[in-house]
Amino acid sequence: MGLSTRHLLQLEGAPREDLNLILDTAESFREILDRPIKKVPPLRGKTVVNLFYEPSTRTRISFELAEKRLSADTISFSAATSSVKKGETLKDTVRNIEAMRIDMVVVRHGSAGVPYYLTQCLDANIVNAGDGTHEHPTQGLLDIFTIRRKYKKIAGLRVLLVGDIKHSRVARSNIWGLKTLGASVAVCGPTTLLPYEVERFGVDVYTDIEKAMEGVDVVNILRIQLERQQAGLFPSQREYTNLFGISSERLARLNPNYTIMHPGPMNRGVEITNEVADGPSSVILEQVTNGQAVRMAVLFLLGGADKRETELAKTE
Amino acid sequence: MEFDLLIINGHLIDPGFGFSKKADIGIAGGKIARIFEEGQLNKDEIKKYLGDRVIDAAGAVVATGFLDLHVHFREPGREDKETIMTGSRAAAAGGFTSVCCMPNTQPAIDNQETAKFVTSLAEKGYCRVYCIGAITKNRAGQELSEIGDLVKAGVVAISDDGDYVQNPEVMRRALEYARMFDIPVISHAEDIFLAAGGLMNESFQSTRLGMTGRPAVAEEIAIIRDIKLAGLTGSRLHIAHVSTAGGVEAIRRGKAEGVRVTAEATPHHFTLTDDLIAARFDTNLRVNPPLRTEADRQAVIAGLVDGTIDCIATDHAPHTDEEKDVEFDQAPPGMIGLETCLGLAITELVDKGYLTLLDVIRKLSTNPAAIVGLPCNGLSVGETADLVIFDPEAEWTVRREGFFSKSKNSPFIGRKLKGKVLATIMNGRVTHRAEV
Repeated sequence: MGLSTRHLLQLEGAPREDLNLILDTAESFREILDRPIKKVPPLRGKTVVNLFYEPSTRTRISFELAEKRLSADTISFSAATSSVKKGETLKDTVRNIEAMRIDMVVVRHGSAGVPYYLTQCLDANIVNAGDGTHEHPTQGLLDIFTIRRKYKKIAGLRVLLVGDIKHSRVARSNIWGLKTLGASVAVCGPTTLLPYEVERFGVDVYTDIEKAMEGVDVVNILRIQLERQQAGLFPSQREYTNLFGISSERLARLNPNYTIMHPGPMNRGVEITNEVADGPSSVILEQVTNGQAVRMAVLFLLGGADKRETELAKTE
Repeated sequence: MEFDLLIINGHLIDPGFGFSKKADIGIAGGKIARIFEEGQLNKDEIKKYLGDRVIDAAGAVVATGFLDLHVHFREPGREDKETIMTGSRAAAAGGFTSVCCMPNTQPAIDNQETAKFVTSLAEKGYCRVYCIGAITKNRAGQELSEIGDLVKAGVVAISDDGDYVQNPEVMRRALEYARMFDIPVISHAEDIFLAAGGLMNESFQSTRLGMTGRPAVAEEIAIIRDIKLAGLTGSRLHIAHVSTAGGVEAIRRGKAEGVRVTAEATPHHFTLTDDLIAARFDTNLRVNPPLRTEADRQAVIAGLVDGTIDCIATDHAPHTDEEKDVEFDQAPPGMIGLETCLGLAITELVDKGYLTLLDVIRKLSTNPAAIVGLPCNGLSVGETADLVIFDPEAEWTVRREGFFSKSKNSPFIGRKLKGKVLATIMNGRVTHRAEV
């Protein structure tokens, strides 16, 4: 049994079976990461291209390592050094790259819908590594994987996402994936950073961090970008920290055995204090390790498992 | 009497008088020379005209040719998207005998020379082409264009379409000044700051896709401000492409208060909604103002039904494949609309019981003509022969290859429509004839 799709574009609409298959497969790869030799052969002979049209350190390195550990040949491309600057269209760029006979494309792009667009331009398997502020499905999966490893379940847990929900692709992927797997999800942030009708995601919405933390198992703290302050979405960093920063004093209302997560990169002292980030309940570095396992699982299931006759992933 | 063209067996619907009858029409010298009541025209007479000079309109409606208040023909400046020739050919295919071109060309129609250039190009075209002049020089929203000069060159209205005149003082002066010439000021009502960076309607759909939204209030506030200014100045205001429930309501109230405000709605806003974008990120669904929610769509239809919205206009906005085959946020906003307009109006408004066929014909002919003060002929002897012949029952599927427009950026490709233009006649000349 494989995935119902040959691309990973988004967690919205992804069937529970697919999510569970990825998470279960990731468990095996997670175990490999603890071995002295971390390389396995399933993508031998496959070529994976990492197309990064937005700056990224962690996600790109994570994908590259995952590919190498699956024995794929990999090449990475970032917009700054590409023909994009010469005025070439995205479609031409990717079709040229595909003409070099590649098998999979991992894409990060500033505009929502680009991974879907690539499925219309290419035959390769497409993995979304973040499209605009739409989705970041492997981040959502690695967050869920990290939670599942600790609690041995997802259903029935209470997960709180704190911060800039409006501009967060991580939040969207987390919300869809967690809801599908039966968690209860809450969001909390300044009203200016909560998107229009956010409650229609099926989440509980808070602007009071103290109330939001009540009975929560997992707090996932999103990065607050300084540009948002300049755009007038909140008055100052100081006020943001006062209202929404997570410090150890604020953790009292959480369930015992709570977990602190952050997708990185962190603004220490702004959305999270050192004490919380480095405290015993923080799994922030664990998330990074697990990201490897989850990305290996996704790449393996899309490109390494036996060839399947499957349909394109679609939103509807 | 010798005719240039005979239209036989048609069902005449006259939007002015509202009559509806079976009759045959003889056209000569660009005018309706004679109307034969049913049975008056004998078969031997018809035989003389066999071939190109007779159109059998059996089962079809013959009505006054349509007028579109809102098209972009891109010439001068972007002839790769559309030209006056290709645009007017598309208009003819859609049953239009007249169009009004928006001034956002390169250079803008903010001076006599450009206006005259456009109308001169249209002399050999397939429909009458009128110009709408720019409100402000280079459409920059700062200084008034030479509106008097533009009126002398034949412009029928002024607009900075594509952009809102954000400065209320400039808009006030434009309305006041235009009153001298009794032309309407057409407002693309979207507050620039509230809509800034927006790719689609602000709704749960923009939340879901993480795209910056253009909120409904950007339109509503802009409409309300302009209605207030029109009330203050006593000038004529026309609201382009109304898309929101709040906008429709503001116009309804303005009319009730006696403000001289009129409005148009596009086929895409009474047909499509913003939830369609998620399925394929189709760049042809990117348009300003954006596709809205189902509640807004219903409100636009209600506005058409109760007369708050006077007319249907297409906002025909051609863009090349090269421009549209890109990331969603890189694609220019707009879609073509001339050739799908009637089919959408019949499919979405008549067939679903909102409007009668006569209502739709009025919203495509007499009503828009009245707004810009153009004559709109009826179906009487002596009137100019600007006519459309269409089969309101014929079903057809929109095909990319079927478009006469130079650009193919339509989200309706593949859609099945009811209501097909069979022929268009402008000044007695057949400008379009559907393939049988």
